[in-house]
Amino acid sequence: MAEPLVVLDGLTKSFGTEIVTEVLHGIDLEVLPAEFTALVGPSGSGKSTLLNLLGLLDRPTSGRIVLAGRDTTPLTDDERSAVRGRTLGFVFQFHHLLPEFTALENVMMPMLAARGREEKGMRERALSLLEEIGLADRASYRATKLSGGQQQRVAVARALVLEPPLVLADEPTGNLDTESGAQVFELLRRVSALHRTAFLVVTHDERIAARCDRVLTMVDGRIRSDVRNGRP
Amino acid sequence: MPFEVLVALRFLREGRIQTLLILSGIGVGVGVIVFLSALIGGLQDSLIERTLGTQAHVVVRAPEDVVRPVSESSPGLAVAPRLERPAQRLRSIVGWAQTLDLVRSLPGVRAAAPTVAGAAFALRGLANRSVALRGVEPASFRNIIDMAPRLTAGEFRVDATNAVLGVELASDLGVSVGDKFRLETPAGRSDVFLVAGIFDVGNKDLNERWVFVSLRSAQTLLDLSGGISTIELKVEKIFDAERAAGEIAARTGLQADSWMKLNRQLLVGLRSQSASSWMIQFFVVVAVALGIASVLVVSVVQKSREIGILKAMGTRTIQVVRIFLVQGAVLGLAGSILGSGIGAALSYFFASLATNPDGSPTFPVNLSPVLFLGAAAVATLTGLLAAVAPAERAASLDPADVIRYG
Repeated sequence: MAEPLVVLDGLTKSFGTEIVTEVLHGIDLEVLPAEFTALVGPSGSGKSTLLNLLGLLDRPTSGRIVLAGRDTTPLTDDERSAVRGRTLGFVFQFHHLLPEFTALENVMMPMLAARGREEKGMRERALSLLEEIGLADRASYRATKLSGGQQQRVAVARALVLEPPLVLADEPTGNLDTESGAQVFELLRRVSALHRTAFLVVTHDERIAARCDRVLTMVDGRIRSDVRNGRP
Repeated sequence: MPFEVLVALRFLREGRIQTLLILSGIGVGVGVIVFLSALIGGLQDSLIERTLGTQAHVVVRAPEDVVRPVSESSPGLAVAPRLERPAQRLRSIVGWAQTLDLVRSLPGVRAAAPTVAGAAFALRGLANRSVALRGVEPASFRNIIDMAPRLTAGEFRVDATNAVLGVELASDLGVSVGDKFRLETPAGRSDVFLVAGIFDVGNKDLNERWVFVSLRSAQTLLDLSGGISTIELKVEKIFDAERAAGEIAARTGLQADSWMKLNRQLLVGLRSQSASSWMIQFFVVVAVALGIASVLVVSVVQKSREIGILKAMGTRTIQVVRIFLVQGAVLGLAGSILGSGIGAALSYFFASLATNPDGSPTFPVNLSPVLFLGAAAVATLTGLLAAVAPAERAASLDPADVIRYG
């Protein structure tokens, strides 16, 4: 069995200072490389909180998060930013592209932020990813000139541009019509297989969950079930 | 292009109306600063030029006579001396040739000229005028006060028995170039001179009183044979005159007075003018800084989603800070370029409004490249400083909040 990509160890998260509400009660979880996992559960079950912790956007109240063999708990904010840039890609529900930039520039942005300026090959790399998602002809369009589905596909390309081993997706199809949603999901599966990237996809959509390798169900801040769909 | 600059410029470009408004605001502010500096600078230059055009920067003369008590107090005898100030007589500077060499060798001294100055009467027919006699060497005196461009008739020739006098005196005496008149000193010495030139220095009093003759003629008339009464000099930087005067006094024991001491009122006037101009400029800078800061604070709120996305993509906190600092600096720099144009236009417009009858501007505006560079530097720095608080605010945004709530 391969070395796990993500190890969560007794993770809890509470909000509030006077009235403390614990939304995660001790999560233990391992995610393997290239694994395509769905995270389902009713609203308020703690899915998004878990995703934010895993994405190093927020800190756990207690417990450890080990990403690619590195314990992230003691890191400073800037170190966490660096780990985030190297290890993680994000696809959000509201496709969060930067409206000031073109599709191509949006895909390049993580590389620019990481290296500090444009370097040779960045543009080509971003273009080849746009080709992969079938939007090479929209490269010079402003983000705001693309349809919702197109924007979400650009967001997928952006998440993959630094070749992170793990992409976190928060309802990536939740804001799209059925057809666009299906297209984006197909794209996610395809790039996951192609780049050997692990995905953790939060979704409400049972049909999407059913087509993932593994389904985690959360209820009331705990993982209720963990099912692997027909794979060893 | 660095990542931070790329993002900063794009944010500003997308700000459109907001960016345009603040740029105009900065432009007007910098324009006022440039215009005011040019105006006050030009005004002061012209005032100093007018004042110093007919004055040496430093005048060196023999120390005044003083009286020392000779009686000594002895036991049992109380002496209450009353020291009477002696009348000052015209005296030569002892060893003036060496003093002149010394003065000329001092750093910062541009030129020095020996002169003889004293009182005399100009006489012709029934006309009798009290005048200030000035014996000069044309070659050295030209570097102190250049009379040639101020002549209205004849030439500045003061050799032998040639003399040059002012327009008012010439009309009082009824002489023109080539005519003769007599100069007589209170001591009774007199000589006849030929009018070689007539000048107009733009000051009625000087036009009535100055009579230039050769050094030798003045020495003879004033009974200073071989001696000189004053050394007049020009310094490289006019505001160093006081320092130069102090040094000369200390090294020669002579009395040295700078134009700054002789024109105390003018100097006080110039300084308070500068102070009020600085004050206005300071408050304009503060207003510009507040404008930039408020626009950037609003921009941080508007762009909080984008900042969250950038952070989620691995942008470090310091990069976010730089994005906003660059915006402040760019606004300041671009605004100052705009403002330099506005200031220059205002200056020329104003200069064209206030003109002399002959069409020349009443006071030339002083638009130097240093002024524009200075304005650009101040505006850029102001923009940078004004952006610090908004930048810190942007840096402290929590990306999780932004992403959670879209």
